[in-house]
Amino acid sequence: MSKHVIVDPITRIEGHLRVEAVIDDDNVIKEAYIGSTMFRGIETILKGRDPRDAGLLAMRICGVCTGTHYQRSIEAVEDAFKVTIPKNARLVRNLIQGALYVHDHTVHFYHLHGLDWVDITSALKADPSKAEEESYKWCDTPYGTSKSELKQIQERLAKFVKQGRLGLFANAYWGNKHYKLTPEQNLIATAHYLQALDIQRDMAKMMAIFGGKMPHPQSIVVGGVTCVQDIKNPARIALFKTLLEKSRKFVKNAYLADVLMAGTMYADEALDGTGAGLKNYMSYGDFRLDDNEFYKSSKLFPSGIVVNGDLSKVLPLDQNKITEDVTHSWYKDDKPLHPFEGKTEPNYTGLEKKEDGFSYFKTNEKYSWIKAPVYGDTRVEVGPLARMIVGVAAKDKRITKYVTGFLAKLGEKLSLGKPAPASVLFSTVGRTAGRAVETEMMADVMMEWVDELAANVASGDLSTWSEFDFGTVSKDARGFGLAEAPRGALGHWVVVKDGKIENYQAVVPSTWNASPRDKKGRMGAYESALIGTKVADPNQPLEMLRTIHSFDPCIACAVHIVDTKGKELGKFKVNTSCSI
Amino acid sequence: MIDRRDALMQLFSSKGARVNTNRGDAYYNSLMEKMKKRLSELEKIPAASKTSIEEVLETEGFTRRDFMKWASAACAMLMLPPMFTPMVAKAAELMNRVPVIWIELQDCAGNSEAILRSDAPTIDELILDILSLEFNETLMAAAGHQAEAHLEEAMETFKGKYLCVVEGSVPIGKGKEWCTIGAKAETFEEHLQKVARNSAAVVAVGTCATFGGVPAAAPNPTGAVGVQDIVRGKPIINIPACPANPANITGTILHFVLTGQVPELDHLNRPKFAFGYRIHDNCERRAHFDAGEFVEEWGDEGAQNNFCLYKMGCKGPMTFNNCSIIRYNEAVNWPIGAGHGCIGCSEPQFWDKYAQERPMADAHIKAPTGGVEKTVDQFGLGLLSAAAIGIGIHAAISAAAGKKGGDE
Repeated sequence: MSKHVIVDPITRIEGHLRVEAVIDDDNVIKEAYIGSTMFRGIETILKGRDPRDAGLLAMRICGVCTGTHYQRSIEAVEDAFKVTIPKNARLVRNLIQGALYVHDHTVHFYHLHGLDWVDITSALKADPSKAEEESYKWCDTPYGTSKSELKQIQERLAKFVKQGRLGLFANAYWGNKHYKLTPEQNLIATAHYLQALDIQRDMAKMMAIFGGKMPHPQSIVVGGVTCVQDIKNPARIALFKTLLEKSRKFVKNAYLADVLMAGTMYADEALDGTGAGLKNYMSYGDFRLDDNEFYKSSKLFPSGIVVNGDLSKVLPLDQNKITEDVTHSWYKDDKPLHPFEGKTEPNYTGLEKKEDGFSYFKTNEKYSWIKAPVYGDTRVEVGPLARMIVGVAAKDKRITKYVTGFLAKLGEKLSLGKPAPASVLFSTVGRTAGRAVETEMMADVMMEWVDELAANVASGDLSTWSEFDFGTVSKDARGFGLAEAPRGALGHWVVVKDGKIENYQAVVPSTWNASPRDKKGRMGAYESALIGTKVADPNQPLEMLRTIHSFDPCIACAVHIVDTKGKELGKFKVNTSCSI
Repeated sequence: MIDRRDALMQLFSSKGARVNTNRGDAYYNSLMEKMKKRLSELEKIPAASKTSIEEVLETEGFTRRDFMKWASAACAMLMLPPMFTPMVAKAAELMNRVPVIWIELQDCAGNSEAILRSDAPTIDELILDILSLEFNETLMAAAGHQAEAHLEEAMETFKGKYLCVVEGSVPIGKGKEWCTIGAKAETFEEHLQKVARNSAAVVAVGTCATFGGVPAAAPNPTGAVGVQDIVRGKPIINIPACPANPANITGTILHFVLTGQVPELDHLNRPKFAFGYRIHDNCERRAHFDAGEFVEEWGDEGAQNNFCLYKMGCKGPMTFNNCSIIRYNEAVNWPIGAGHGCIGCSEPQFWDKYAQERPMADAHIKAPTGGVEKTVDQFGLGLLSAAAIGIGIHAAISAAAGKKGGDE
């Protein structure tokens, strides 16, 4: 007999994502439905406004990936107005976004996802001096893992447990037998967990140096950036570099080492492709490396689509092929529409209240505020892994170097005698590894950008804004900002008429990943990745959690699981989708 | 038609802004007595949470001295004379006597993010951590359908004593049924009313919860409103801004602990200690406004020289908030510092009124002798002291942060 499991928001605090899954007698997930239960109507609110102000409002779509919506919205308007920003502005934007990536990925791995892999309580049993030795297995210059440091961490941890301050370590299923790290490995990761709390503050500061504040920075405008004071001041640049260097050290010697460690210990799950899901990957491309106009410049992340895990070819991206389907979304049913023509007309049909007093998705009808985007006739996954996979398939030198470097190390640790096969990337473990590899690459390339910025300013170029004649360019224009947020492909489409926004649509990463089924009944990326996952213990659905977390869903939200009788089987925090 | 300059003059001289920072000995002595009584009463109540601030600070590596420094800064922020510092410290220690229930509605998580993620343990944050833990322990330990019962139980146990903190707006129009919470799909409004009903006071955090914010921007597709529009019969404290500054949230809760009452509020229910003066009054670019030196377009020579951003649409003169003093991300920067004008994010309907990059009027500002200038100066006397306090806070916060960094 199958069990119906609701993974429902712990709505009392926060959270607007809901997962319902059906598990069979062997505890294998057979069906999964993901829906968002929050709607604000931001696209509708943007209509009729001055396009120059759209970015500030669009940014409020999400307080977590905050600055990225801001920039995308402004790029959409710049595309419509045919404005190309000056070099300084490009570099500043790259640095703000880059810092967001480094911050977001680090916090995600340690504070939102890490405890799916790491058992904190086990760390109490570790021998600190053995743990120090262990740390050299994963990195030649390990971060903060000397015997004395680890001993202090252990003492601090014991105090946390004694004080009952478990909030810090929410999400965990301590003692679950499916944790695979040794006590020493758990201690290393726990040390980094606590050190990351400090280091992420420096990462957020990097964003604030050029962005003014974080969350919700305020220094980007149509045509460029406003923080000319901050780039002119060598002390600001120096502060940025110091913070970046500190962050980079952590990323290389802690984050990447821990992911290699986890990847090795959980290698079986990577090799058998647990949590792979759709295996179609898409990247819009992002981070301009030259000063050509946006869609003609070379980029750090190339754009393209890889279908069915076939790394031998990459299909070119054509934004005309993107449509949004609302068959299962709470909007007026119509044929799938391209975002330029997209509508946001609510048609809420609600949940179904059953006798047990709980409400369930009407899974045959509409069940989410998220639309279901489709590329051509393909449903795709987006995110750091997609960027790495598209990069490798497109034979991008830099990305390939970082990805193959990681696979080589993993192969060595697993004693394969050769690099681990690229197919390990198509898994929950791979998704997590892809993000770590990207973080390292980003931290390295940011160092190049900040030097480039300093050199350019020193050469006397202080230009931060490109002039345009608003009256002329805003008569009748349309544009799109297609680029990459930390969580994946993000697109804003804007239609401008007589100086006002006529239509506005945003297709965010979680629209792609956390979307419901489309007209043809094909699942979204989360739904698809859950199917076939075996949950060892339905009271502790650790495996399910790992997979959902591996996508880095974004609004902080707590989720709990109840069975058909309303008895809660477990609860955990998940970070969920951006609701518009 | 009202002359634009007159309209500006009116704005600059509005009475709501005045904060009296010296109320005389009699006032402060009686306040002191009141606080002592309140705190000794609180001390007798068993702690709602097991966690105490001393233990937490010790675990995080803060010393007593760091804590007292923080307390004196917090005291200054609340616009109390230094003799209140020990009371503030005591209040922080007793904060675990005041249960808090924190709910999220139509939001972007930006306020939680500002508190919980973008700055790692500062003392402000730890105090909030204790509070939210309390909430978790009271409510979230509950499982499944029992969670509902536990919420009821907590509301009953702490009836009339807990603070209800709200983040996000409430849809009451077309979107009333569109947003639901929990396995039983309760609407946001039902949920809010339920939790607010038995609270001691409701604290709305961020501009969405206070004034409706983004969801309520025209045409307000879901019919979103702020908490004060629908909750009746409860003291309501508004802490707007997008996101709200964590220091102002702690300050408000501290004040509640200290006095058992809501702090002195302005006509928009905002605590005067934080929203009693304009961004403009303490702005680092203020001298350029007075000198008539303005940025005329992004990145021009004026921008390179830190000139006033009024003509680029800065709403600092219309916006009441303390960000020019407290700043963001450990005071590393703030929007005007990064060369962009203020967008008025702590004001009602700011998305429709202020959040654009053009000035309110084609300002006929004639500095330094214009009428506007004069009114600003008339208003300015009380602010001199506020600015001095501000500098004190900034220094204390930086000192505490620096110490923390050194310890790790």
